[in-house]
Amino acid sequence: MRKRWLIATITALGLIVAACGGDTEGTTTTEATGATEAPGTTQAGETSTTAGEAAEATGYDHLDQALAGEFDGATVEIWAQWLPESSEASNFTYTLEPFQEATGITVNFQPTPDYETALQVAVDGGNAPDLAQIAQPGKMHQYAESGSLVSLSDWFNTEKLQADMVPAFYELGLFEDNLYGVYYKTDVKSIVWYPVQGFADNGYEVPTTWDDLIALGDQIVADGNGNPWCISIESQEADGWVATDWMEDILLRTAPPEVYDQWISHEIPFNDPEVLEAAEYMSQIWFTPDYAYGGNTYINATWIGETQDPMFAEGGPQCWMQKQAAWIGGFWGANRDALADDPDLPTSEWPVKPETDVDFFYFPPIEEEFGTPVLGAADMFVMFNDRPEVRALMEWLATPEAASGWIERGGFLSPLTTVPSDWYVYPNTQLSEMVAGATTVGFDASDLMPAEVGAGTFWSGMVDWVAANGEGTEEIFQSIEDSWPTG
Amino acid sequence: MRPTPSGLKFLRALLVAAAVIAALWLGLGVLRDPDVFSALGPTLSKLGQALVAMILGVGGIWALFYAANVMIEALPGRATEFLRPYVFVVPGVAVVSLYLIYPTVGTVVESVTAVPEGADALTNYRQAFTNGEVLQAMRNNLVWLLVAPAVSVVIGLAFAALVDRVRREAVAKSFVFMPLAVSFVGAAVIWRFMYAWKPPGQSQIGVLNAIWVGAGGVLVDLGLLTEVEPVAWLQVIPWNTLALIAIMVWLQVGLAMVILSAAIKGVPPELIEAARIDGASELQSFFRITVPSIRGSILTVFTTIAIAVLKVFDIIFVTTGGNFDTSVVAVRMYQEMFRFRNFGQATTMAVILLIAVLPIMVLNIRNLRRQGIGS
Repeated sequence: MRKRWLIATITALGLIVAACGGDTEGTTTTEATGATEAPGTTQAGETSTTAGEAAEATGYDHLDQALAGEFDGATVEIWAQWLPESSEASNFTYTLEPFQEATGITVNFQPTPDYETALQVAVDGGNAPDLAQIAQPGKMHQYAESGSLVSLSDWFNTEKLQADMVPAFYELGLFEDNLYGVYYKTDVKSIVWYPVQGFADNGYEVPTTWDDLIALGDQIVADGNGNPWCISIESQEADGWVATDWMEDILLRTAPPEVYDQWISHEIPFNDPEVLEAAEYMSQIWFTPDYAYGGNTYINATWIGETQDPMFAEGGPQCWMQKQAAWIGGFWGANRDALADDPDLPTSEWPVKPETDVDFFYFPPIEEEFGTPVLGAADMFVMFNDRPEVRALMEWLATPEAASGWIERGGFLSPLTTVPSDWYVYPNTQLSEMVAGATTVGFDASDLMPAEVGAGTFWSGMVDWVAANGEGTEEIFQSIEDSWPTG
Repeated sequence: MRPTPSGLKFLRALLVAAAVIAALWLGLGVLRDPDVFSALGPTLSKLGQALVAMILGVGGIWALFYAANVMIEALPGRATEFLRPYVFVVPGVAVVSLYLIYPTVGTVVESVTAVPEGADALTNYRQAFTNGEVLQAMRNNLVWLLVAPAVSVVIGLAFAALVDRVRREAVAKSFVFMPLAVSFVGAAVIWRFMYAWKPPGQSQIGVLNAIWVGAGGVLVDLGLLTEVEPVAWLQVIPWNTLALIAIMVWLQVGLAMVILSAAIKGVPPELIEAARIDGASELQSFFRITVPSIRGSILTVFTTIAIAVLKVFDIIFVTTGGNFDTSVVAVRMYQEMFRFRNFGQATTMAVILLIAVLPIMVLNIRNLRRQGIGS
């Protein structure tokens, strides 16, 4: 008899603990990051506004209300794919602080691994977060079409947003003429990182044309200094996306922008001769023996965060160039561990420092007639639940203040034209100039294609192509073309 | 005591039923109302909700059965006896059916209705069976089905037989049995490191490559080999599928061993002795006497592992993501569902798995019946 009571009690306790455990794990309240320092003196005076003070009108109604303290005590939940304990997650947390202080609204930021799946499950289950970051416009279309998203056109000051933002990014947030997404952060992909000291020691020069790039590679091989290129594409679920970036960057340089757009919208087949020509250029770097460190096995087997490790080998760089967007800085060799210990570590204290240790150059143009294109991708925020405080946060994310904290920490480029250029530090000063001076800005094609291809067969096709060491190009591209969804 | 008149009995039954339903309704209302518990503060309100939910859940079911029983007893005698078993069994069966049969039927229906405008019902199946990647996945499932249960059973049987006479039998068995406690994802992560590849010249962090390069290095020094390079085990087609099957075998061998060990010990010693007297060797008595006697258990283990193998997803998803020709139907189902949002294709994958597993389930149940369980 006593045993039965014991079992019943234990079961009851277990159920109670399970019921309580749910909510308390995983909420990252931003208070945890310690004393809030006022950003540098060149910042706009927004941080001096405290709750209750009449603020100067921002042009956004709900934000004005929030700044006047009307939503004090409310909570907003916002999700993003930046890995927990990464510098990106920590920087976003930091950048959200002024908003929370000024308005009294608590923002629960959930960095979520396995983001795409987690978000879809949450939306399907009716538990969607208030705001969520989305990298692919295609995804935003899907959610908008299924009715999960709140249309911003009804209440958002879209005229102001249009005036403040680079037009291309404003338009990408539209679906069927309604605004659903506000672009927040952009990534420039057309850059190649190289070791400053290594280049100086060996007399290597930054290449400005494709032929120079190949010649530099040949020289490195001839000097016996390892392999010129650090390339790898392994990223678990999303294996292969790095390869698609290469294809897109090269296509922008070997074909007119119309062809690029037609490729995305499937007006030309995926394996159009122009695309196959781009693939040939890509093979020149990826599959020429001795060019890529570790050959195709390394490319397929090494996680994208570890690609550049051989550049920091003891005896000197074993691979010399990596084409990757600026977020890679946090993953260079010893930086990974340093940032894992302290995600708030400022760039000046990183073991491997950008600009002094590792600098970048623009991925050279290939065919002169197509000028200097830039490939980029961007993150937007979309809204799932409509409440006044959520509207306020969404409006705030469209202001330069939402970027200032992150810009100050480094590694952030905003699509807003209203961000003063003197806020930017390396490398974004140079990157924003690069974008401004580009002849074409191409948005990441695989993000715009239908998911079956852009997040499916294009990725896996690239993996297969690498596994075959560049053989069978036509068959692989044909099979990607065949997989394009009909109807 | 005088028996209660039947009219009164009926009235009492109705009152009890009404009372129980009213109580449950109120209880559910209380549970749904956020204000009732908010006064207790955040943690206590959850505790309160959990407590009320448990009382309602457990107590409510009991009360419903009690009420139903009272109602039956109000009926004339023969009706009572006839209805009683149904009243107690039908609710449970109905709920289980709802959770099992309804989604199954829904999945099958979705696979034939989620087709583009004007296309015929079998479009999804036609697409699946002409898609090279899906066919590759199905071929892989076949390989898994043929190799994994067989290897697990063979190794499990061998180990069970060998360990039978060892002194520290329990300790030896526990080593083989321990992987069973590891989750599929955990096992996949462990083995990802076992199979890890680093470029030649760098130190190999993967156990397999460390051994390969180390032993190969010795042979090179002895002049028997010219060079040895680490192998990217997870990328080499088609052996990478076998590498992944090894993970499954590692996980399931403990199960096979434990069941077969018990079965071996159940073989009557007189049989073995009789065989020994007739001059049979160890091996002969094992294969001719023991194994046929435990045939039922072997089949049980085989079909149990086969069913688990058909469902395999985590192992492949975590190690290769389905790349390098290692994909299986369950991984395709996940990708169609969550990455491509193509519900027609996803449900088709699920139906294919269902059809594949049915014969094995039938075999399993028939086998259990023959063994005398559940007949």
